[in-house]
Amino acid sequence: MSTSSRARRFAALVRKESYQAIRDPSTILIAFVLPLILLFLFGYGVSLDTTRTRIGLVLEQATPLTQDLSASFQASRYFSVTVGRDRRMFENDLVLGNVRGIVVIPADFTTDYAAGNRPQIQVLVDGSDPNTANFVQNYAQGAVANWERQRQSETVAAGPPISIEQRFWFNPELTSRNFLVPGSIAIVMTLVGTLLTSLVVAREWERGTMEAMMATPVTAAELLAGKILPYFLLGLASMTLCVLLAVFLFGVPFRGSVAALYALSAAFLIPALGQGLLISTATKNQFLASQIALTSGFLPAFLLSGFLFEINSMPQIIQWITIIVPARYLIPSLQTVFLAGDIWPMFARAIAVMLTIGGIMFLLAARSTRKRIG
Amino acid sequence: MWWTRLSALIVKELLAVLRDPKGRFVLIVPPVMQLLVFSYAATLEVRNVDVMVLNRDSGHWGQELIERIQGSPTFRRIETAENQTDIREAIDGQTAIAAIEIGPDFSRNIEAGTSADLQIILDGRRSNASQIVSGYLTQIGMTLAAETPAGRRAMAKTVATVPRNWFNANLTYQWFMVPNLIASIALLIGLIVTALSIARERELGTFDQLMVSPLRVHEILIGKLIPPMMIGLFHMTLYVLAAIFIFGVPLRGSLFLLYGSSIFYLGSVAGLGLFISALSMTQQQAILGAFLFMVPAMLLSGFATPIENMPDWLQPVTIINPLRYFLVIVKGVFLKDIPAAEVLNQTVPLALIACATLGAAAWLFRRRLE
Repeated sequence: MSTSSRARRFAALVRKESYQAIRDPSTILIAFVLPLILLFLFGYGVSLDTTRTRIGLVLEQATPLTQDLSASFQASRYFSVTVGRDRRMFENDLVLGNVRGIVVIPADFTTDYAAGNRPQIQVLVDGSDPNTANFVQNYAQGAVANWERQRQSETVAAGPPISIEQRFWFNPELTSRNFLVPGSIAIVMTLVGTLLTSLVVAREWERGTMEAMMATPVTAAELLAGKILPYFLLGLASMTLCVLLAVFLFGVPFRGSVAALYALSAAFLIPALGQGLLISTATKNQFLASQIALTSGFLPAFLLSGFLFEINSMPQIIQWITIIVPARYLIPSLQTVFLAGDIWPMFARAIAVMLTIGGIMFLLAARSTRKRIG
Repeated sequence: MWWTRLSALIVKELLAVLRDPKGRFVLIVPPVMQLLVFSYAATLEVRNVDVMVLNRDSGHWGQELIERIQGSPTFRRIETAENQTDIREAIDGQTAIAAIEIGPDFSRNIEAGTSADLQIILDGRRSNASQIVSGYLTQIGMTLAAETPAGRRAMAKTVATVPRNWFNANLTYQWFMVPNLIASIALLIGLIVTALSIARERELGTFDQLMVSPLRVHEILIGKLIPPMMIGLFHMTLYVLAAIFIFGVPLRGSLFLLYGSSIFYLGSVAGLGLFISALSMTQQQAILGAFLFMVPAMLLSGFATPIENMPDWLQPVTIINPLRYFLVIVKGVFLKDIPAAEVLNQTVPLALIACATLGAAAWLFRRRLE
């Protein structure tokens, strides 16, 4: 057979698959609506920055000193403070989650302070949410330290023995949006690549149209390539939409190059699509495919990729599992493209690993496709 | 009579999901794996991180500081930098999350009682972990500062904050994560199983057969509602057992309250699933529709970030999210021994959501018939 007719056949196949993809409203839903929602939520709604946590402040004895300290808590931009006389006033609120912590300035605070006796305050927090608990503890310490500094500057002018200056590179304001939005782009591409593709191909198997295609002169490789090419382009389109929104709507800085962005994204889509194909040929059932795509694609991209949780902190066995999660390689690189610029040695390594994982997925998918027909 | 019809439908629905060995596998193995893997993986603690130190100080205090960092369990490797370029390379390439620069006069200033400068550079790309690492490093610096001659003099006046964590004294992250996952995974499974139920019949063409059967519309809906709820209850029981016996999460409240309210939670989840199912023409649309609801529901539930941290205009959206209410109940029953009145407060919205979604599903269903 001549090359040109082969090319024409392939083009026809791709055209058919593209129409099929675009015609289905759920494709548009996943490739364009869901990314908008995700980006919107990460851009506006879900922020890891604590703002104005509600706490109760207990002044067991009101003296000018304790009132001054209490004023310093009320002035903190991290707390919204309700003042009371007795901790029992707030204990029930802590159970119900109406306050996240109770700061107690005990009755003997003023006398201990005057005597130079290490005065104490207690910070009771709601440990059922460890993250918020930590924030409240840290901010309470910060409020106290602030207050002490103010009082000291009124009396003696000596600074602290060690002054620590912190600098956060690439994201000096620590805006969580700046690293959440690049990370969510990886999740969006996982959805298009793995979830959508596995569903589409599983449906073909379920309905028997895959077998029908097998009976045509199209080879298995052409068939698989024709199936995934539209979704590859869809994934890139969806990514482009996300990046435009991230930069122009959310003001996330973009310091790298567009070439690096597309190289990384294209390399990531290979394992994502390969995984989608593998799942669908192995299950041949949409319900199974969706469950497996969720468990092995979407959730790991969220939880095992370093997006929200540090991989180094995970137990060793789970760290090994993360080695085969492609999003793990994409997310740091994407964050770098956005916030730091092009760091090619890092990108090259990420691309190489993603392509390797992708190659293995495709081999497995092709093998299981061939086997089923034989 | 209606009961025989209904129970036949329930048995048929259960068989549709459980008959196939792959179907049984997918209902049991992935959720259990999710619970095991994700509750161990999802931790905001930071451990085993590598940092870099540039020590320009030749005195005792700089060395002391480095030894303390080495002694802390948080840090794995302490690389030594020769100059600023090393720091830039390590942070850029993410081989270190933080770099500590000790100035040349560090020890001299401490001995002289003037302020000694310490600079910490952190990778803002991983700003959450960086903030935590910076907290640890600052703590080490402050402890050292308190032991300097000037620090000891100032100490007597310093206010000590005594932290106490209620409900979870050591802030064990799994005690937070496992109850959250119990509610979230039940949503994940319940929603997809229900969303598929009508869409599958429609796609396979058996829907019309169901319609010409003696079953009435509300019977069909109830028959589609109960099996996913049974599956959901089975999962919940599995997770509650795992929470107690594998993860050692304390169960301080009453299981009766948990199960009582979970009927309404699963009802509202199944109601939403049926609504999505009635809207979709194909299984693919049903799965993706369920997904479209699930992702925002998880993000806006108070699981990842407290609802009160969200912008004011977004908070009202969470009112229609069943996960939001059930999270309060699960965490409350496990860790806080939450009072029954509060459980009731959270259950009423769940019951309302269930009624509203079921009503809407029935309406859509009837409309499609005509």
